Amino acid sequence: MYTFGIDIGSTTSKCVVMKDGNQIAGKSLLTGGIGTRSPAEAVRLAMEDAHVQREDLSAIAATGYGRTRYEDADYQVSELSCHGLGAFFIFPGVRTIIDIGGQDAKVISLDDRGRMKNFLMNDKCAAGTGRFLDVMANILAIPVGELETYSAQAKEPARISSTCTVFAESEVISQLAGGIEIPDLVAGICQSVAGRVSALAKRISIVPEVCMSGGVAQNAGVRDALSEKIGHSILFSPYAQLFGAIGAAIYAYDKKIKEQ
Amino acid sequence: MAEEVKKQRPPLDPNSAKARLGRIAAEAYSSAQAAKERGEMVGWCSSNFPVEIPETLGLAVVYPENQAAGIAARGAGERMCEISESEGYSNDICAYARISLAYAKVKSAPEQDMPQPDFLLCCNNICNCMIKWYENLSRELHIPMIMIDIPFNPDYEVSDDELAYVRAQFREAIRQLEELTGKKWSEEKYKEVMEISGRTSRAWLAATSCARYEPSPFNGFDLLNHMAVMVTARGKIEAAEAMEKLLAEYEENHEKGVSTFRVEEKYRIMFEGIACWPWLRVTSTGLKSRGINMVTTIYADAFGFIYEDFDDMCRAYCKVPNAINLEYSRDKRIKLCKANKVEGLLVHTNRSCKLWSGFMYEMSRQIGEACDIPVASFDGDQADPRNFSEAQYDTRVQGLMEIMEARK
Ligand code: SF4
Repeated sequence: MYTFGIDIGSTTSKCVVMKDGNQIAGKSLLTGGIGTRSPAEAVRLAMEDAHVQREDLSAIAATGYGRTRYEDADYQVSELSCHGLGAFFIFPGVRTIIDIGGQDAKVISLDDRGRMKNFLMNDKCAAGTGRFLDVMANILAIPVGELETYSAQAKEPARISSTCTVFAESEVISQLAGGIEIPDLVAGICQSVAGRVSALAKRISIVPEVCMSGGVAQNAGVRDALSEKIGHSILFSPYAQLFGAIGAAIYAYDKKIKEQ
Repeated sequence: MAEEVKKQRPPLDPNSAKARLGRIAAEAYSSAQAAKERGEMVGWCSSNFPVEIPETLGLAVVYPENQAAGIAARGAGERMCEISESEGYSNDICAYARISLAYAKVKSAPEQDMPQPDFLLCCNNICNCMIKWYENLSRELHIPMIMIDIPFNPDYEVSDDELAYVRAQFREAIRQLEELTGKKWSEEKYKEVMEISGRTSRAWLAATSCARYEPSPFNGFDLLNHMAVMVTARGKIEAAEAMEKLLAEYEENHEKGVSTFRVEEKYRIMFEGIACWPWLRVTSTGLKSRGINMVTTIYADAFGFIYEDFDDMCRAYCKVPNAINLEYSRDKRIKLCKANKVEGLLVHTNRSCKLWSGFMYEMSRQIGEACDIPVASFDGDQADPRNFSEAQYDTRVQGLMEIMEARK
């Protein structure tokens, strides 16, 4: 049985086709999220990747901020549950998931069967989210995907003390004007995100294993800083950005089986 | 999603508790207006000021917090907040204060008008923002402010020293008001008011405790409306009668197996914090559409003002929710959660109310652990609509529901 998961976020669209709820048959990831043409395009690409047609799909579950607006879905489920299911599928030992997405950060704790026990999310502030990194990368005129490379070259990470994105922006500009090297600034920015998210994580009791999901998981600068701050190593999978979509496809499978 | 049971709602029976409570809440404004027109002095009063004092003296008072909630619920929170912000008030200040200060300036808001004050009654047992808010009103309007200082209580009991401190201030407030308004305090009238207030409170406690039934015979959002009467009119006989009617209706609902929560009750939660008035429909629909009934809130406990004499009354005002420590506050909530078989806790991190929201992170964590229930929180504001995100609310409520569902 093929099921389909679509995760429509604020800045990206991700899709996964799963076979029998335990095998990834196709996937896609596009920038452009809710309100763009990316969700439809991502659906097409994932089906193409899996060599399936719409009629081959037994059920579709949508997640992410755009979940309620995706009309072709049989189920809609929160990204909290989906990130839990997706992470548990890739790392069966995982109990704590730290997800940093485009506009929010969340920490999810799972029981030993992979069910969500509790979660915490950031408050309304953009600090500690992907948006913070986007803004900073923009000031430094480097692609957000390269932050990690720069951060690795840092000699002495700069201190970004403001948690507010707007304040941090002017802080970075003045440090830049003061001659601080870009790699040191980038490392400071990564540490600032890590500091903010680790404070959130510590409010939920962190049980290992810990993994990261979401776009920012790709950034080793943030990952390493976070790992140091929470005192646990952090698992990383190249599928990290797809955990939500994987979880949605698994959810659709489980629901379908129950209904049958 | 729970299916809405499509039944034609009968027109509101004028004799029902809901209709009566609505009338009492409206009369609180109209009778003060009438008093003003008769040339009597009218006061503005903070919500946890001992209402027994103006009631016994026969003084008309209105409640700026209630007015601000009404204005916000009817969509004018932003307009009013902007007025006070343009006067220089920071948008970090409680939105009730901002709306009230704006109203004192423009003196009109069709969403909820009320007479201008001749004196102010302030009590800081709910927060200290209140003091500056009322001091500024007093200065701007050139009217006297009577202030009762009730310290934050680190203990479970009210010490004799605190009692003496507060009692003396209550007596002094009475003396000041007698002098100011020419009205006279009567012990006999006070006893009557105390008895009525006790009757109203007992009925309120009994009615709200009907949430222990499964399903609950009422939608918890009802309490947020009925609460206005507990704040403004609990010393009035009509209020006692209406609350007793409410209790009778809830008991009857339970016997008949019906509820004012008009969809299937799949989950039962406690809602923590003041309602998000500008987004009341969105917040309530987000729950109802998922079959989540907010069966209880701390308000259920907070307005149980039952006491035997003047000293006891002073103690009651020293024990209102915002004046007590984290542990005591937590225990009260744990009791409510257990008594009402609550399965989850939804916390409104209210950007207006620092006092209420400040220790909520830790308190809700402790409640979650003690009751073994999941906790979710969302950002919002009781009266400033700019501090709320519908998508954020929806995701968190859904996450909470999915945990409760998985645990069934
Ligand atoms: S909402 Fe909070 S800050 Fe505002 S008046 Fe009430 S207790 Fe004070």
